Amino acid sequence: MAACDADSLAASSVLTLDDQAPAELSGHDLDTLLMIRQFELLLLELFAAGHVSGTTHTCIGQEYIPVAMAPLLDRAFVVSNHRCHGHYLAQFGDAEGLLAEILGRSGGVCNGHGGSQHLYREGFCSTGVQGEGVPIALGAAMSMKRTGAGGLAAAYIGDGTWGQGAVYEALNMAQLWQAPLVVLVENNGIAQSTPTDRAMAGRVADRAAAFGLRYARVTQTGPAAIRGQLASQIELTRSGGGPFVAEFITTRVGPHSKGDDTRPPEQRRAAEEADWLAGYRRHYGDQVRAAELAQQSRLRRLAAEILARPLAGASPS
Amino acid sequence: VSQDGRIGERLGEALHSLFSTRPRLLMLGEDIADPYGGAFGISRGLSTKFPDRVISTPISENAMTGMAGGLALMGDEVIVEVMFGDFITLAFDPIVNFISKSVTMYGRTLRMPVIIRCPSGGNRGYGPTHSQNLHKHFIGVPNLSLHELSPMHPVRPVLARILDQGRPAVFFEDKVLYTQRPCGRHEGDDLFEFSDLGGESDWAQARLADEPPGCLLIAPGGMVRRALAAMRRAVLEHEIVSSLLTPSQLFPLDLGPVLPALTAAKRILILDDGPAGGGWPVLAADSIHRLLWNDLDAPVGVLQPGCAVVPAARHLEQQVLLQESTIYAALTAGGASG
Repeated sequence: MAACDADSLAASSVLTLDDQAPAELSGHDLDTLLMIRQFELLLLELFAAGHVSGTTHTCIGQEYIPVAMAPLLDRAFVVSNHRCHGHYLAQFGDAEGLLAEILGRSGGVCNGHGGSQHLYREGFCSTGVQGEGVPIALGAAMSMKRTGAGGLAAAYIGDGTWGQGAVYEALNMAQLWQAPLVVLVENNGIAQSTPTDRAMAGRVADRAAAFGLRYARVTQTGPAAIRGQLASQIELTRSGGGPFVAEFITTRVGPHSKGDDTRPPEQRRAAEEADWLAGYRRHYGDQVRAAELAQQSRLRRLAAEILARPLAGASPS
Repeated sequence: VSQDGRIGERLGEALHSLFSTRPRLLMLGEDIADPYGGAFGISRGLSTKFPDRVISTPISENAMTGMAGGLALMGDEVIVEVMFGDFITLAFDPIVNFISKSVTMYGRTLRMPVIIRCPSGGNRGYGPTHSQNLHKHFIGVPNLSLHELSPMHPVRPVLARILDQGRPAVFFEDKVLYTQRPCGRHEGDDLFEFSDLGGESDWAQARLADEPPGCLLIAPGGMVRRALAAMRRAVLEHEIVSSLLTPSQLFPLDLGPVLPALTAAKRILILDDGPAGGGWPVLAADSIHRLLWNDLDAPVGVLQPGCAVVPAARHLEQQVLLQESTIYAALTAGGASG
């Protein structure tokens, strides 16, 4: 298939589900998914109200990827990128630490130094430079391979990240040395404002094939189904079977950062229609609404409480 | 351990010793495995003795350096060999944006014990992309310290100290030093008294015994041999007395232990082999001016190449880079009494 128009691919995959209900979600998955969605929506609101400075990249539409992956990534070092909120929240459930961090108030996971893009916690870090994370994850993977702890490293990257040479340098080494490295590609069809087909010749699958890497293309959006598709591949990487690339064909429903979505209205509408949440709303309306409201009010209370806190200390503790 | 070993051998011995005592220490670099042992043979024998800790990488400076950052986050210590220091430009992002920043950007202090070794400098005819000294581009990067291999400093404690600091460092090695002997074991060294002055910058001093202070030279390790040769000629031919101060840590620069020597000097001259326009000698001169403006007899001088590419042909290269003759001319032109 030559198509690289991920928006339309994602849209069509959801359309086929339109007639049938998406698989029911576990309570935990639903809560985490909606917590991330509500967290991001709240952030955009807080931004508009002047409580967030600088920039922030929300993952609206892509929440299901880290929610699906989190249970597969125990005993893992996860390296994330600029769009890291969902990765962090799915991994740790720590909305409080992240919100305080982004709001520059006390209790932030990095004491206000990292902000939206630079998070660290044992087993997790994110950085704001595209492509930089893959070599870092390779290092973490090689360390775990040598110490034999059965761990693995995972790097989240986007479709746009494939423009960086560091990615290829690291993939080459990962395959040469059979590093326990998993690269999770969130291909949302657009890099900031540039459609993937204007930035990438060929396909992610072929690039993975060029290094002889195991690869899977993931078009489904149900966390349980994704786990079913990927669990054995991840286990294989963990047990010495070498690196693995999973490409998620997904949809960025929101803007790149905030208020900078230059896609034409019909494309934005298509993105909204492709939103994984749309199907759940149609088929599990009451359940979704109840969970959504619960998350929304919890996060709003949390935001009010955090905004009343003192500013984050000036020096690293 | 050989007593008369050349500095390159001593560096190799230091690596072996550090690998024996620090089980989490790894080395990454291109062509560093046996039998080659790196382009300058510095790591020869290391991969045979520590096969799982010496990782010879593809030609990928960016990713091999980024990888060092990931290893450090997991608790490893890493020495990265950049084959020719010039290629460190390809690792600028992981050094500046990740490894150095990670020490504090996450709101806590993370240990990032990573040493980037850079064979640098010219006078070997390697030409424009294999002969530079790139200090200046790494000065003032938060959490990153800069060091230089020096014939006045035993190399093992220098490297051990950097690793103990738990912060990343770039270690510049003037490749001409590899085949030279440490100070005190070289012809003509008997004229000088060598001593350690310590401090964060780890200062070493070379001076003529029982002579009053004259011109004070300050130079990184790579300039030491050229400086000592010029100093020797100046005193033997013109009785012009001078002394030399060399820090093993160039940045941050701690002048504390050398303040008395700086104050007593009639004249201070900073030597450097990097191209003119900012850089380490300017930083050092500025620091001295700020601290000692009222005590100086004359402004601190800087002796360094012009802002020029290092040419390949030996005679052209010599015209660009700082030579013993240039230092000698500066010493004798100014005179010891200023």
